[in-house]
Amino acid sequence: MSDVLVVADHRRGALRDVSYEILTAGRELADETGGDLHAAVVSGDVESFADDLNREGVDAIHTVGDGAEFNHDVYAQAVTALADDLAPEFVLAPNSVNGLDYAPAVANRLGLPYVSDAVGLAYDDGLVATREMYGSKVETTVEVDADSAVVSIRGGEWAAAEGTGDAEVSAFDFDLDESAVRSTVTGFEEVGGGDVDIADADVLVSVGRGIEEEDNLDLIFDLAEAMDATVSSSRPIVDNGWLPKNRQVGQSGKVVTPDVYLAVGISGAVQHVAGMKGADTIIAINTDPNAPIFDIADYGIVGDLFEVVPELIAQFE
Amino acid sequence: MKILVTVKEVAEVEDDFEIEGLSVAERFLEYDLNEWDDYAVEEAVQLQEAGDDVEVVTVTIGPERSEETIRMALAKGADRAIRVWDDALADADALDVAIRTRILEAVVAEEEPDLILSGVQAADTGFGATGVSLADAVGFEWAAVVNSLDQDALLAGEGAKVHRELEGGVEELTDVELPAVLTIQTGINEPRYASLRGIRQAQRKEIAETSLDDLGLDASAVEGNVHLTDMYEPESESDAELFEGDAGETASQLATVLREKGVGAE
Repeated sequence: MSDVLVVADHRRGALRDVSYEILTAGRELADETGGDLHAAVVSGDVESFADDLNREGVDAIHTVGDGAEFNHDVYAQAVTALADDLAPEFVLAPNSVNGLDYAPAVANRLGLPYVSDAVGLAYDDGLVATREMYGSKVETTVEVDADSAVVSIRGGEWAAAEGTGDAEVSAFDFDLDESAVRSTVTGFEEVGGGDVDIADADVLVSVGRGIEEEDNLDLIFDLAEAMDATVSSSRPIVDNGWLPKNRQVGQSGKVVTPDVYLAVGISGAVQHVAGMKGADTIIAINTDPNAPIFDIADYGIVGDLFEVVPELIAQFE
Repeated sequence: MKILVTVKEVAEVEDDFEIEGLSVAERFLEYDLNEWDDYAVEEAVQLQEAGDDVEVVTVTIGPERSEETIRMALAKGADRAIRVWDDALADADALDVAIRTRILEAVVAEEEPDLILSGVQAADTGFGATGVSLADAVGFEWAAVVNSLDQDALLAGEGAKVHRELEGGVEELTDVELPAVLTIQTGINEPRYASLRGIRQAQRKEIAETSLDDLGLDASAVEGNVHLTDMYEPESESDAELFEGDAGETASQLATVLREKGVGAE
């Protein structure tokens, strides 16, 4: 029992990036435990997914053909059955929205400890995971005091596995209990729409929680007008209903790649950064010098946006 | 219909803080209702207001201090609250999902709710696991990261028709049979502020203090396998050029850089 089983993530016919990253995380861990790396892919066009997953370092790929798209009832059953069969030391799932929807259930069914959202994994006679707390303000290590565990890993923390592998691909023989499938995915919906596509903008002035009140958004629109820029935002602004969803930058919003991204009053939570780290030039204005946004910014002002922004508007008028 | 809402009091860390041992020093912490749970409470209270005979009960695992947070949920309209605490819990490892699951499982067995609403995650530990783990343990159906719930359909007995917020601006439409656990994403509604009248009424509402023994559990229920072993401030990876000076000076320097990048050019 030293193998590692990783579970791929896919949506609407394509594997998601984290599926290749989890292969790397799994391979590194399997090197430590001295076991094989098994990958599983559940639902959809599993043969084609298995081809894509067959990268360097993967020893075996198991396909479960039940279901066309993600359904957590199918995933929870399939991954649990596969883990029962293979008895791996560790099961790794992506800490994606779908991972959140089945990995805790798998841990519960297998009676295993669960560690979520790991950003680093080490092994020293037991698993030690690195994870963040308090919205990335602190980093922690957690030790798992058990022979095996289920762990979800954060996307973007490991490099994608590359190369061509020679894994053995096999269909996992598995009797799905249809009566236990009590949820039905009925479709997908794109959110947003609206008249502005922030993904097309060359210059974005993006506003976050630091703006404090809805009325203060006028200041941001004035700045955007002066700079000939488009206004986008982080999640709390949209959650408050101050801007429509199509303005939201981040993991669950839009991914943007403007020439200039000016983040005003945005702390830089990992979910937000996922949507804007591809900008050519990132500039942050924030009162907190330790805000994570400064870790990825090219230029920054540690200061009060209510003082800086009016001065900046004056510079462009 | 009975709706159980899991409510957690979370610690928020100030911008500047110090770590002492395995925790942030108490003087840099402020306690508040977990943001995700605030949305879960609101969704439950909206269902209670829209439906006939809907009871909203909150459950919190937390020390006496958390009563202030619980009163906040009661002031927003929850009918009553359960607070689980025990000396054994004070020493337990708060990171272990299995411990929280076992305790909440016992509460569910007593309360027999039709629907459980839980925040997607807690702002402090950020595990994002309690709701789904609990659902599986009690044999309920579930949906994680719900940002839309058809309240009319739910109250009409048609089950939970939800949207799950996926990555990249895509939502998944899913029908879930009851009883179920839904983990609630921020933005699903607009949480209300507690009114003065609500705050007054909350003082008279019941917070049932419950021990492990009351739930038929013993200290072994809070023995976990996931232990915090280190806590530190992450090393800053910043190589940002920071502009120095007062607001006017920094804005001027930034404007120069922006113009060099072609911003504001006619």
